Order: sequence, then C-alpha cells, then structure tokens
Amino acid sequence: MRHDHLITAKQLSRENVEAVLDRAAEIDADPAAFADRHDDAVLGLCFFEPSTRTKMSFETAIKRLGGDIVDMGSVESSSVKKGESLADTARVIEGYADALVLRHPSQGAAKMVSEFVDVPLLNAGDGAGHHPTQTLLDLYTIRENAGLDDLTIGIMGDLKYGRTVHSLAHALTNFDADQHFISPESLKLPRSVRYDLHESGAMVREHTELDEILPALDVLYVTRIQRERFPDENEYQQVAGEYGIDLETLEAAKDDLTVMHPLPRVDEIAPEVDDTDYATYFEQAHNGVPVRMALLDQMLAEREEDR
Amino acid sequence: MSDHQLRVSKIPRGTVIDHIRAGQALNVLAILGIDGRSGETVSVGMNIPSDQMGQKDIVKVEGRELSQDEVDVLSLIAPEATINIIREYEVVEKQYLERPERVVGVLSCPNHNCITNANEPVETKFDVLDDGVRCEYCETIVREDLAAHIAVE
Ligand SMILES: [Zn+2]
Repeated sequence: MRHDHLITAKQLSRENVEAVLDRAAEIDADPAAFADRHDDAVLGLCFFEPSTRTKMSFETAIKRLGGDIVDMGSVESSSVKKGESLADTARVIEGYADALVLRHPSQGAAKMVSEFVDVPLLNAGDGAGHHPTQTLLDLYTIRENAGLDDLTIGIMGDLKYGRTVHSLAHALTNFDADQHFISPESLKLPRSVRYDLHESGAMVREHTELDEILPALDVLYVTRIQRERFPDENEYQQVAGEYGIDLETLEAAKDDLTVMHPLPRVDEIAPEVDDTDYATYFEQAHNGVPVRMALLDQMLAEREEDR
Repeated sequence: MSDHQLRVSKIPRGTVIDHIRAGQALNVLAILGIDGRSGETVSVGMNIPSDQMGQKDIVKVEGRELSQDEVDVLSLIAPEATINIIREYEVVEKQYLERPERVVGVLSCPNHNCITNANEPVETKFDVLDDGVRCEYCETIVREDLAAHIAVE
C-alpha cells in the first residue's frame, strides 16, 4: 500500500497531524502564497453518496491550490448504475486524476480501493467507518481554540454510527486528552472502537448524562442523532431532546468551553447558542478548506517528487 | 467405538484430525468444504470418550491433505485439534495447531455493510486477536461462533 493514502485516522501519528495542521495554519495566514502550487493537478471526486459539503470543500481546496477536479457525478448517472464494481470504477478514474477522494456507503470501501489504485487516495467517509479529513479539521479547530494537550473533551450524540466520532477518538489518542463519551445506551461506541482506544491506552469514560461531566470540559463535540436509528418517533424525540444543548444547558459549562459540531445540525444545538463565544461550529466548517489544502499540498508534493 | 479402535482402523493416505472439541466435527467438515459430493471417503466420530478431553470428535478424510488456509481456520474453531498426515498407513507428520496472525478468504464478514459483502473482487481478510478475529476492511470484531462465518463455497 502507498504510504500516502489516507484511509483511517488510526494511521496518523502525532507528527503527521502536526505537520498538516502547521501547514494549514500557514495557508490560513497567507492563502495567496499557495495559489499556484499545483496548477497542473487534477483531483478525482468519487462520491457514491450525496455529500455536497465535503465535496465543495475539496473542490475549493484544490482550486485554491491552482488545480482542478474531475467529478464522476451522481451514482444514478454513472456506470455504477450499470453494475460496475467499485474496484473497476476507481481504476478507471485514477487514469484521469493525480489523487482521488472517495465517499462510499460501505465500510472498508476506501481500504479496498487503496489496494487497487496507484494514485493517493483520501477517504472522505466509508459508511459508519472513518472520515479522517474531517478529523484533521476538527483537530485544527481544537488546537486553535483549546489546545490539543491537557485537554478534556466530551463527545456526544450518535457514537455508534458516527464516523466522525470514531476517527476523532482515534486521532486524539496521540495527544494528552481525556475523552468522555456521552450517549444513550443504544448509541454507545462500537466494540471495535472501544477495543482500539483501550489498546492505545487512552483515557476513556462513557456517560449517559451530559451534566455529569459538562463542568469539566474544554471542548464539547456534539453530533447529530439520526431519526432512522430509532424504531419509533417518540423514542427519537425523547433521546434527541436529552442530547441537545441550549443556553440553559451551557450555564453549567466553563466560560471558555468550545462547542463543536461536524454539521449539518438539526436540533442538537439551539440557534440561540450561535451568537455566544461557545459556538465554534461554523469556524470549524470553514477550517475544512485550509486543512484540505494542506493535506492535498503535502500529498501532491510527494507525488511530484516521485516522478 | 473407542479411541483405540479409531486409531487402529487405519487409512492408506489422507488426514486424521483428532482431539476436536466435541460437537465441532461438522464445522470442521464445513471448513474443509467436505459434503460428500466429491467422493472421498470420510469418517466422522462424535462424542468419543477421551481421557484428555472427556469427549471428543474425530474426522478422517482419505486421499486429502490440508492446505495452510484450512489449517489456519481450523486452529480458530478447534484449537485443541491435532492433525495427522497419513501416507502408506503411517502417520508421517503430526501437526499441533498454532493460531495464525490472519486468515484470508475463509471467513465471511458478519457486517452486511462491509465492502467484502458488496460483490467486489476482494477476498475477506481477518486479523486474529487474542479472543476473536477482526475484519481488516470494516474492522468488525467477531468473538462468538466463528464457525457460523465460514464462507463455504
Ligand atoms: Zn468487514
């Protein structure tokens, strides 16, 4: 396997993370300096699941580096609909691009494609698996607002299916972070993630109530609980209410708490929180561009050296 | 049939898998893909009294030796088993099972959303943990009832 695929956050060492975040900070400070760095680069976008946001963020990132995209389009309009395998689709598209971005509904899709293609591959989400580029922008946001060491973070919501949660939890094991996981019993971290966190010796605590831990938190990372995870509407409404936050909830928090969310949100964070100093989720979303620019810059530079 | 009788009813050439945990003999046959259709002579002994194990199962397959893949999976579901390779009526090799580091192409992943269940041209790959196996693609950990996940062709 190429060393420059990015499939899971588990492959990121502290040095890897810091290199990307430092580069992202340079880009943030002076975007113009990076404008023509990769003006012949083409990024192949393979989105087998609608995700306008992540896709736009990658598109903006490569264009700001001077490059361009090829987009396979929607699944409905492509060869996939005719029954082509993912392995074949990826091998065709790699011929058009210098790097690929893959979003796919099946877990392990990116790992499989990485075994077939010879250009760097970025996993932009594989089912309930991983979403490492989201993790890098999350880490960047945490570093800017609270610092990555000596950190107490609460991660709340759908911890079972939330791939952003899984990737973030893995990546945080590189830092001196106490991780607290807050969710209803039915949406706790899956066995595989708990296994890895345990193996890495990370400090992990699970809670069913936010109150227990909120006053100690530097960062509260909220995720969406999806309606389709619950058999009936009442149960969903009850859980969604319990794991949402508003100004009243935040009275118990530290004044400098950073509230994050991978977006889109539904009701988990009341709009009244948006105007407070806690709210960091829009900044977090904007950080997607410099962080993805940094990652692409690093990846494409290595590729150019190889040639 | 006693342990003694089974040992003396020799086969000319093939494999005797002994000391299988009682009740696992049919799973062992499933791993080997043996359903009688390919014509080899197969003898199965179940719940045979054993000094060592209380009760055990034995499988004898004539004219067939095991591949490393087969031995690997066998070691996961029947770790106590011993494998005797028979040539000219004699045991020419006795293998004790060692847990492999990974098993390839033999188990299927129980996660329906795993890419290995999506008709893609990949073999399943599982890392072997101390107390189970883990899909290298979707990372699902399987601890219980591995035999149920054997991908029988
Ligand atoms: Zn799997």
